[in-house]
Amino acid sequence: MIEITQVIVHRDGRAVLAIDRLAIQRGEVLAVLGPNGAGKTTLLLVLARLLKPESGSIRFDSRAGPIENDLDYRRRISVVMQDPLLLDRSVFDNVAAGLRFRHLPAATVNTRTTAWLEKLGIAHLRDRPGLKLSGGEAQRVALARAFVLEPELLLLDEPFASLDAAARQALRGELRRLLSETRTTTVFITHDPAEVQGLATRSVWLEDGQLKVELPEERDTSLPSSTAFLR
Amino acid sequence: MGEVFSVTLLSLEVSGLATVLSLLIGLPLGTVLALGRFPGRAALFSLVNTGMGLPPVVVGLAVAMLLWRSGPLGELRLIYTPLAIVIAQLIIAAPVVTGLTAVALQQLDPRLQLQLLGLGASQTQMVLALWREARLPLIAALIAGFGSVISEVGASMMVGGNIRGQTRVLTTAIVLETGKGEFERALALGALLLVLTFLINAALTMVQQRGARQRGRT
Repeated sequence: MIEITQVIVHRDGRAVLAIDRLAIQRGEVLAVLGPNGAGKTTLLLVLARLLKPESGSIRFDSRAGPIENDLDYRRRISVVMQDPLLLDRSVFDNVAAGLRFRHLPAATVNTRTTAWLEKLGIAHLRDRPGLKLSGGEAQRVALARAFVLEPELLLLDEPFASLDAAARQALRGELRRLLSETRTTTVFITHDPAEVQGLATRSVWLEDGQLKVELPEERDTSLPSSTAFLR
Repeated sequence: MGEVFSVTLLSLEVSGLATVLSLLIGLPLGTVLALGRFPGRAALFSLVNTGMGLPPVVVGLAVAMLLWRSGPLGELRLIYTPLAIVIAQLIIAAPVVTGLTAVALQQLDPRLQLQLLGLGASQTQMVLALWREARLPLIAALIAGFGSVISEVGASMMVGGNIRGQTRVLTTAIVLETGKGEFERALALGALLLVLTFLINAALTMVQQRGARQRGRT
């Protein structure tokens, strides 16, 4: 569904990303593992078209027809960063922000936002200020804000890094459930392999900006496709 | 009494207009300074910061020379008109609003820009969202801009001429009355200026702090 080839990004005269080829299939949950400073976030920014590589191409095969420009592209995907980076507005307005950017009718915004607040168990926080939440609550809002857009591609950059163990555990389970329900194509970036256990359908290892090893496809029973019928 | 009223009204009109215009210039320019990456940015920033402390008499001198009958813009016949005071006050307030806007936006997490774009915001939508995030310091910028012009006297005197019924504002009237030894009148005008400034700033502060309270509510 998305394929990047010969992508090179330099920073301060050093190649921070040099990828020959990386293809992601529709419905796949790809884990990108690697140490700090390996270029993982740079890869995510390139995939989100928030950073232009000096060379190389990104091909995106969208269900909704050809891509017109970067904005059009970004409106078909969604990005969750390491920190929730919530806006100084209510939880509802935070989750609704992306839908409003897309100029969707108010009724649609309301229905979809309410539904996703409930799905992530944060409906009771609806009117709370986004900046007054616990770490776990804030990250739930960040996930709701991404899922509500029903993206064709979901990009997650260490979304649990700032959470304590208990919150991380709870949210991982939640994310696994949501991914299996929605079958969203996902790229999950992390330095901790345990974080993507049972989540990822495939893992790649990134080091010094290069894909070192492509790990074999896991045959995990918790894959989205195999859990879907249990619900 | 009628004269005091018209002098007060002119003060508010002139300084109010200068502040609004400075916002129209300062908000976008400050945003470009804070978010943009272009050659000469650091130099422009220094220039704006210097401009934040421009002595009004120097601005008055420069604008007077420009608008003087024999000056480069003399044909516009603006010298000793209220519009001349607006121009001078705009030059005083614009750097203040620009500089404080830039600082307000620079205090936001820089990754917020990427997050907003990642949520599908256009460049315009991103900037509007950032303004909204920085609304409290932006209102402070507006208050500082207004404060810098409602209180200045040098430029108003030099380019306005303190002409009775035409370009006399509160500050120039105070200078005049003090010069004549009419301290009572000067004091009354001074008190009026203080009260007006207080009321306007109190209104703006109320808007600002209502936002702050909402932010603090749990």
